[in-house]
Amino acid sequence: MQGLIFLVVAATSGFAAVRLVTNKNLVHAALYLVVTLMGMAIIFLLLTAEFVAWVQVLIYVGAVIVLLLFGLMLTRAQIGKTALDRQQRWVAGPVALVLFGVTAPVLWRFFDGRTISLDRQSGNTEALGTEIFTKFVLPFEVVSVLLLAALVGAVFLAKKD
Amino acid sequence: MPDGYFGSYLTLAIYSLAMIGLVGGTLGLNRLVSPKVPGKEKMTTYESGVDPIGSGQSQTTIRYYMFALLFVIFDVEAVFLFPWAVVFEEIGVFAFVEMMIFVAILALGLLYAWRKKVLDWI
Repeated sequence: MQGLIFLVVAATSGFAAVRLVTNKNLVHAALYLVVTLMGMAIIFLLLTAEFVAWVQVLIYVGAVIVLLLFGLMLTRAQIGKTALDRQQRWVAGPVALVLFGVTAPVLWRFFDGRTISLDRQSGNTEALGTEIFTKFVLPFEVVSVLLLAALVGAVFLAKKD
Repeated sequence: MPDGYFGSYLTLAIYSLAMIGLVGGTLGLNRLVSPKVPGKEKMTTYESGVDPIGSGQSQTTIRYYMFALLFVIFDVEAVFLFPWAVVFEEIGVFAFVEMMIFVAILALGLLYAWRKKVLDWI
């Protein structure tokens, strides 16, 4: 059952990813990215990584896509009229193949035959929360300073006009 | 109601499929039974009753982008609230203080944006 769901989701994600890079309309490409990222979220759920899955939905599907679409609306470039293609398929192809050739065997060898226990009641969100709020208190607070810097920087740049 | 990890998500999946089926079915039925008399006027983009001018693509102001960016930053903040809520009872006051500092530092940014009149819509 899980294998079947994985196959369907992976096929949909893969198809959307191919359409994403071959699409001439950048807005459509962004919407295909939504499908790809949602597929990834479902795959994370299948791997019982609930927190990662919902962060994926919140941050990537929610925020990053919104930022991307607003960024597209902000450009003066005519979207969808001309193909935004740097014609570098001959470089991109081998690079992608090499990356796949390295990561796939490594992941296969490491995770082959491993199973995930489903008995845990609360999942890994609790473990993550305990780690963040007891061990990594300072890094956690530093994250807020980082976000503050991003916010102030963006406000400064936007108001300079 | 199925139990367990996958069971709970199966419930969610069945619910989502039922919702998609309901909406899709209603819209599909509407499409089947409604009369269609297309015309040039009818095919124009609906723009609150005003005739649309220019193309659908135009450059927007940076104001929209600012709101999108504020949304992203507070979305990242919200992500931290979830594991915090899960372990809140376990850790107690310490966790509360930690999160208050976190939110206060981000509130400074919001205050800065407010004072710089980024939040005003002119």
